[in-house]
Amino acid sequence: MTFNGIIFYLFSAILLFAGLRVITARNPVHAALFLVLAFFTSAAIWMQLQAEFLAIVLVLVYVGAVMVLFLFVVMMLDINLARLRENFWSYLPVGAFVAIVLVAEMVLVLAGKYGGFAGVPAPPPLPPGYSNTKELGRLVYTEYVYAFEIAAVILLVAIVAAIAITLRRRKETKYQDPARQVSVRREDRMRLVKMRPEKKEQR
Amino acid sequence: MNTLVQPLMNFGNWLWGLLAAVVVWIFGQELAPSVMHAIKILLLIVCIVAPLMGAVAYLTLWERKLIGWMQIRIGPNRVTFFGLRWLGGLAQPVADGLKLMVKEVVIPAGANKTLFVLAPVMAIMPALAAWAVIPFSPSLVLADIDAGLLYVMAITSVGVYGIIIAGWASNSKYAFLGAMRSAAQMVSYELAMGFALVCVLMAAQSLNLGEIVRMQQGNWGFLNWFWIPLFPMFLVYLIAGVAETNRAPFDVAEGESEIVAGFHVEYSGMAFAVFFLAEYANMILVSTLCSVMFLGGWLSPIPLAIASAIGLPWLAADSFGWLLVKLFVVVSSFLWFRATFPRYRYDQIMRLGWKVFLPLTIFWIVLLGAWMQTPLWVWWQ
Repeated sequence: MTFNGIIFYLFSAILLFAGLRVITARNPVHAALFLVLAFFTSAAIWMQLQAEFLAIVLVLVYVGAVMVLFLFVVMMLDINLARLRENFWSYLPVGAFVAIVLVAEMVLVLAGKYGGFAGVPAPPPLPPGYSNTKELGRLVYTEYVYAFEIAAVILLVAIVAAIAITLRRRKETKYQDPARQVSVRREDRMRLVKMRPEKKEQR
Repeated sequence: MNTLVQPLMNFGNWLWGLLAAVVVWIFGQELAPSVMHAIKILLLIVCIVAPLMGAVAYLTLWERKLIGWMQIRIGPNRVTFFGLRWLGGLAQPVADGLKLMVKEVVIPAGANKTLFVLAPVMAIMPALAAWAVIPFSPSLVLADIDAGLLYVMAITSVGVYGIIIAGWASNSKYAFLGAMRSAAQMVSYELAMGFALVCVLMAAQSLNLGEIVRMQQGNWGFLNWFWIPLFPMFLVYLIAGVAETNRAPFDVAEGESEIVAGFHVEYSGMAFAVFFLAEYANMILVSTLCSVMFLGGWLSPIPLAIASAIGLPWLAADSFGWLLVKLFVVVSSFLWFRATFPRYRYDQIMRLGWKVFLPLTIFWIVLLGAWMQTPLWVWWQ
């Protein structure tokens, strides 16, 4: 076995273990962290396929941004396992169907000559001056520019929609307006009342 | 000199040969070159991390000394080596480290033990891993990868996990509040930081950090560096760097006046020390990146013409020393901020990040793109 092979099997084993733990871990925070580990390891495997740019972007986007927010939500949740288990049997048919489709697709791709992926060779070693990033940029901005732009616009619409959802006006929120706070004068807050001094009562 | 170095080098070569023989004996002829390569990289990593840890230790002393002088105090001046009075204070980091090492690490009863121990590790990992792509001098860099800037952004964005997990695993309200604050703050400022870096890569036409430094080379010394055309981005990066490392005046994550000590309130002993080390290692990292991207890295600030005119041509030579000088100035400015500014209010921090920095950086990207198309762009042709 070559050194690359050893590294590949090491990372694959970690990836499989992490993937398994994502669905078997009881604690949702543990599951989210195993998902982070799975992303990280798959980035390492992509790097072995000489897709450095994609590997780094996977870490940057999924590990650095998406999973942080995910972890946020999961930590805030108060998950009741007993109540989740109640609906197990009603969800089983849908889940089983999705699982069967996934397995069938993987078998089609991986199972030898029928999928056509049997003899895919390892990528040839690239020359030292080859820039993965530059090559990807060239393709994305020339050949696939329309698809890329459409994806960008869809993402923008999603961002605008997500922000618009948070923009509902809530009457009960209390907030401070610093401009009003600093421009306040004594007359706005305090009223001097003239009063006759009270006399002590005689017993 | 040569008579002293030669035997040492011979001994080193002999040692390396011995190691190679042992590796061949264990792993076989086929795997040996790869294993030797891995060992070499590991040794180089030690060569970077060990001085870094020393620098972190002495940065804590420098912080206490500098802030002491700024507040007309003396700072630590008692602990010395071998009882020498004139070394007063220099052994303080050693004493602090020793104290933290022998203290007990208390794990709270309701804490999630695994994650509680894992959190400091996850906090310090990115602070060390990012050093792999930093170019120290024209030829000295551990991994000269093409997407270096992207790698730095990806690795530093992982740092937030240590803090979130620490806050959650402690099972304490204060720790959790601190973690929430800090995570929201780091995610917000990462955006502004990322956009500032986009400006740098536009100006440098490359993601490789060594290439970014080389693009700042020129006949005008410090006028060739990117801090002039990208001046607003330089400031944004510096301020976002302070916010990213949770340093004063953006240290609401610790906020000892409101939430005792924030995310690391339950940590003690060495577990706390690792968070402390991570914060300072991050400070040094941000300062180094700032020096590399905006202040010309290893380049000399003095143009060759002036250096030779005053008869000191070595001043114009590019070396690791210049990077150290720049790094030292930027790190000291971090300490200066801490001594100068009161803590920001939380909503003000968020306002600064989202409503000031983000529009400014996006505007500057557009402006820079237009500027680079005109003849007014004089930083390189």
